[in-house]
Amino acid sequence: MFNFAQNLESVIFEQLTMKIAQKSIKFLTVLALAFVTTSSFANIDDQKHDDQKGGGRISTDKQVKEYILHHIKDSHDFNLFSYTSDAGERKHFGFPLPVIVWSSKGLTTFMSSQFHHNDDGHVIVEKNGMKFAKIHSKIYELNASDSKVAFDATHHATNAHKVLDLSITKSVVGVLLIGLFLFLAFRSLAKQYKKKQVPTGFGRVLEPLVLYVRDEIARPNIGDKHYRRFTGYLLTVFFFIWTLNLLGLTPFGFNVTGQLAVTACLAIFTLVIYTASGNKEYWMHILWMPGVPVLIRPVLAVIELAGALLIKPFSLLVRLFANISAGHIVVMSLIAIMFTLKASLGVAGATILSMVLSFFITLIEVLVAFLQAYIFTMLSALFIGMAVAEHEHH
Amino acid sequence: MYNLIGAGLIVIGAGIGLGQIGGKAMEGIARQPEATNKIQTAMIIIAALLEGLAFGALFLGK
Repeated sequence: MFNFAQNLESVIFEQLTMKIAQKSIKFLTVLALAFVTTSSFANIDDQKHDDQKGGGRISTDKQVKEYILHHIKDSHDFNLFSYTSDAGERKHFGFPLPVIVWSSKGLTTFMSSQFHHNDDGHVIVEKNGMKFAKIHSKIYELNASDSKVAFDATHHATNAHKVLDLSITKSVVGVLLIGLFLFLAFRSLAKQYKKKQVPTGFGRVLEPLVLYVRDEIARPNIGDKHYRRFTGYLLTVFFFIWTLNLLGLTPFGFNVTGQLAVTACLAIFTLVIYTASGNKEYWMHILWMPGVPVLIRPVLAVIELAGALLIKPFSLLVRLFANISAGHIVVMSLIAIMFTLKASLGVAGATILSMVLSFFITLIEVLVAFLQAYIFTMLSALFIGMAVAEHEHH
Repeated sequence: MYNLIGAGLIVIGAGIGLGQIGGKAMEGIARQPEATNKIQTAMIIIAALLEGLAFGALFLGK
């Protein structure tokens, strides 16, 4: 059995090396760079210009910008990298993800591979008597009578409309992966405490972090009396954001915490928790501030309400989103140096420069990944602490 | 054009502010090394609030 497995492995390995050796050296270099440098420049020449035969490689500043913005957005398929073969054919490596849409005739599902990596609405998928097209990562439903998407001057589809998109997109995959990972990791940690006091294995990595969040974030900001109630939420948010940020630095090209929807959702959780657990004095300080002249109290109430219900969650969501997106854009821009400065520095010079710069900026991004998780958790704890604080009466 | 200049001005302001926060925190830590943790926490919170403002400006100015 063991021998068979080994044989199989060597056969597969040989075939793989043969296959790869056939490709040009250039492709190998791009592949190696894509995996060594972080963040998915991996699908470097997977462009919207799919129909461009033999081209698709990024060389101009405009294409680089377009590519980076394309990466920042969510996508319907999981593309690791793609290239143009010697025969001029586009090859994609990756796997499709299910598209789930709620359209005029109810729920419809199909695999995103049916779009054949097309993103400008030229490929029409027919399913259950409905026609779908993908334009700029959004799924559109075509009017029943038409068979082709028509665009107006500003490149908006005129005979198609957006549908409610419940697809398992790349970001959803990231969230599910991290959710599963955290569940398994922390369940095993919790199990270990039933048997003994000191965790072993991976639990030893997690325990100090858990204690850090509890003793340095939750307890000082919320207060000794109430902190236990909220520690669970703060731990969840901390590890969720931190691991997702780190996932964004892997070469798979996730950008989950750089999606406004994700950060907005997390901010709304915090908003609901501190609003719902606010005590009488918290609301009194918002709506009818004691200790100031009566005429000023309504003015203060407006400001305080806006602060509590809008500005606090807005600052939370924008900070996380902007930091992570900006980080990704910086890393990708530095990797793009090897394409944009190729003419002036030569291939080797531009590659070395971009490798060095992106390596160090990635190290900073690892720090930022932790710092943003810490700040989000810290500010959540601070806001909750404000809501449950008990003021001593004078 | 003007929105870019405005965003730039706000980022300059935020930069000055961050410098002030960092500098004063350093001073405070040098004076009272035993209060390092408290000073650092407060510093990070204020810096995060300021950063939110700067990023907001960048997004509105884009």
